[in-house]
Amino acid sequence: MEVDGMEVFAIAVVVAMFVVVLKQFGVWEPLSLEGKICDGEFELSMVRHQPEGLDQLQAQTQFTRKELQSLYRGFKNECPSGLVDEETFKTIYSQFFPQGDATTYAHFLFNAFDMDRNGSIRFEDFVIGLSVLLRGSVTEKLRWAFNLYDINKDGLITKEEMMSIMTSIYDMMGRYTLPSVRDDSPYEHVERFFQKMDRNRDGVVTIDEFIETCQKDENIMASMQLFENVI
Amino acid sequence: MAAGVAAWLPFARAAAIGWMPVANLPMPVAPAGKNKRQDEMIILNVSGRRFETWRNTLDRYPDTLLGSSEKEFFYNEETKEYFFDRDPDVFRSVLNFYRTGKLHYPRYECISSYDEELAFFGIISEIIGDCCYEEYKDRKRENAERLMDDQEDNKDAKPPNMTCRETMWRAFENPHTSTMALVFYYVTGFFIAVSVITNVVETVPCGTSPNQKEVPCGERYTVAFFCMDTACVMIFTVEYLMRLFAAPSRYRFMRSVMSIIDVVAILPYYIGLVMTDNEDVSGAFVTLRVFRVFRIFKFSRHSQGLRILGYTLKSCASELGFLLFSLTMAIIIFATVMFYAEKGSSSSKFTSIPASFWYTIVTMTTLGYGDMVPKTIAGKIFGSICSLSGVLVIALPVPVIVSNFSRIYHQNQRADKRRAQKMQKARLARIRISKQGTSNAFLHSKRNGLFSEAPEFTSSTEEDQRLNKSTSLLESQHHHLLHCLEKTTVTSPLNYINHEFVDQQYYQQSYLEAGLQNYPSRSPSLSSRDGVSGTCCTRRSKKQHAPLQNASGPAHMQPLTQVHAHPRGLQELSTIHIQPLSTSRSSLNMRVDEPASLNCQSSQITTAIISIPTPPVTTSDGDAHLRAGPAHQNVVKVSAL
Repeated sequence: MEVDGMEVFAIAVVVAMFVVVLKQFGVWEPLSLEGKICDGEFELSMVRHQPEGLDQLQAQTQFTRKELQSLYRGFKNECPSGLVDEETFKTIYSQFFPQGDATTYAHFLFNAFDMDRNGSIRFEDFVIGLSVLLRGSVTEKLRWAFNLYDINKDGLITKEEMMSIMTSIYDMMGRYTLPSVRDDSPYEHVERFFQKMDRNRDGVVTIDEFIETCQKDENIMASMQLFENVI
Repeated sequence: MAAGVAAWLPFARAAAIGWMPVANLPMPVAPAGKNKRQDEMIILNVSGRRFETWRNTLDRYPDTLLGSSEKEFFYNEETKEYFFDRDPDVFRSVLNFYRTGKLHYPRYECISSYDEELAFFGIISEIIGDCCYEEYKDRKRENAERLMDDQEDNKDAKPPNMTCRETMWRAFENPHTSTMALVFYYVTGFFIAVSVITNVVETVPCGTSPNQKEVPCGERYTVAFFCMDTACVMIFTVEYLMRLFAAPSRYRFMRSVMSIIDVVAILPYYIGLVMTDNEDVSGAFVTLRVFRVFRIFKFSRHSQGLRILGYTLKSCASELGFLLFSLTMAIIIFATVMFYAEKGSSSSKFTSIPASFWYTIVTMTTLGYGDMVPKTIAGKIFGSICSLSGVLVIALPVPVIVSNFSRIYHQNQRADKRRAQKMQKARLARIRISKQGTSNAFLHSKRNGLFSEAPEFTSSTEEDQRLNKSTSLLESQHHHLLHCLEKTTVTSPLNYINHEFVDQQYYQQSYLEAGLQNYPSRSPSLSSRDGVSGTCCTRRSKKQHAPLQNASGPAHMQPLTQVHAHPRGLQELSTIHIQPLSTSRSSLNMRVDEPASLNCQSSQITTAIISIPTPPVTTSDGDAHLRAGPAHQNVVKVSAL
């Protein structure tokens, strides 16, 4: 029998609806089977990290037991999974400097704390870093600061690294300052820093130069003691 | 700063060491080491349930009660805990706010009790987390609406001295205000019904005319129907004009929906009067008669349900629009398809796409008249798909509209129930009685002569014992306070007139007479000058019996009405208003219901009024608002301690 154009169309529509009904009954499965299995696994378990025991941490750091407990409670409250990733870190740090942009400096800080460079800070890293900053000797603190400035951790501070650090510090100030920050302020500051620190004028600052110069500067030595009582 | 982040402050400060080597200038001095307490636990005892938390947790929000030193007021030295006499269930949410930084609103909690707790602990409600905020806002809105409804009910007390126009408008808007309004309401309702029925009956075939044709009643009894119509229209016209006259804003009234309906209902008649027996326009004239059916919409003034329906439809306008739009889309699609499907078949009724519209609409709404039926196979297939999808498309927006209607309707039902006068009055009366208990105790004790003038400070032991027997310590202290207050408000040592607490009922009777409005003060300086000695006697004699009649009454009450008009006053536990009466000291011990003949003899009585504490400086009359200031000194709202 002759089949009209519209009838072809009608029959096509009927067939399509038939397929839809089959799909609903779960009979029409072959193509979508693999996709379903993949979807089921999507509920990954959250990565969680438990810190070392209290005793080991006590041995590794200069904090007392109570202080460690208090620190951990605050840490765990903020990051229940036990790990701080860089985004969270930046968010937390930015909240203390609402006027400026603290994200770059937070990035450097993150790298300084994250000792094994795996992209997240565990409680041990956090506490060890804090221990150095608050309870360590002046030399240790200076070493830590050097580590912070040395972005690529090659043992030398170049002008470019220093420039990044300086810019990030000035960024934290923000635009609404009095007097306003000039665009070349970081550059001048870096120049002064290098003039002071770079003894042999080779364009880089090594750790020994750094520590030596800092120990001779009274202001710096005084400021190193400033945050002793923070905890 | 968020709560948890505060815990990272030590870290942030420590990290500042990173800036030190590059700094050019010396650093400022660190803040003096505050006595750094070791983190300690705090016990919060809320109505017996103990909550324990770290002190640091509470310190996260220093501008709340628990985070500031305000909580020291609640510290119990013996048990070394902070005791709060509040609801422990709500406190759970409050404490969790400190712990997690997020405030949650539990669904089962009553909204006003939750608000009270938040206010007590100094937490603003905007902090409620997004998860619970919608729910909170919805409940708050419902509560506010309910309160507004209640307020409106309380405003039913008729303010006196409304102009005739305002009275009429009130009568029109609310038929329950007076008998006349009710009569008017029913009469108009009756006439609307009559008019509608007339229109309907007019077209019923009513017997045959001589030439064997069915004649509708309207043509048979022309005169009768015409008279009926005329009467109805006259009534409607008069009503409209009266409403127009009484409306507070005529322009707004004329633009309102109801007035437009009124106009449309009566216009056809007048137009018909004007253009009679003109063959050309009789066709239009017939059409005009259709508009007479709009009279039925006038019923919406009489029926709450109709108004709600209209309001619902208005509020569901978007859903209705969506329904219409989707239907239109579907109709066009299916009509096109059906037309082309049926094009092949001979003698098909689907002559054009617009012709197919009719089929599609009838099919989608599942009417299925059967006057247009597809004959080809394709047409039948598409026709069945059309009817199936029609059911779906129509069913979707309807529940939304229905639920809207149901919600609005139930809200109105609730409001009406509350407005039921009897219930409200009975409930208020019960509340008033229970509140009066405490205030009456004082007056009772005074009546029994427990308070005597002279031996105020040297009361004999006998009196002491009597005092102790009949009143508890709290009550006696309260009464003593009231008594001191009476003593305080002495006009001048010479006259020794002071204010006396009186029975609240009496006060309210006389107060209600004065009305709620602010009266222009009439006799502030009457006080020390005129010897209106007549009033004191008449007043006292009528004290217990009838509401005050004399004209000078309001003048004395006037300042107090101001304060009482303050709606919050109704919420006080027990309100005792001082009534400046002209009494002499000797009357204090007198029984209240004795005929007050004694005082009148004392010529030194003056009517003590308002601005008493500053005796000779009586405020000039005229400015009623000034009253509020000095008046406040006199009127005391004492809540039961």
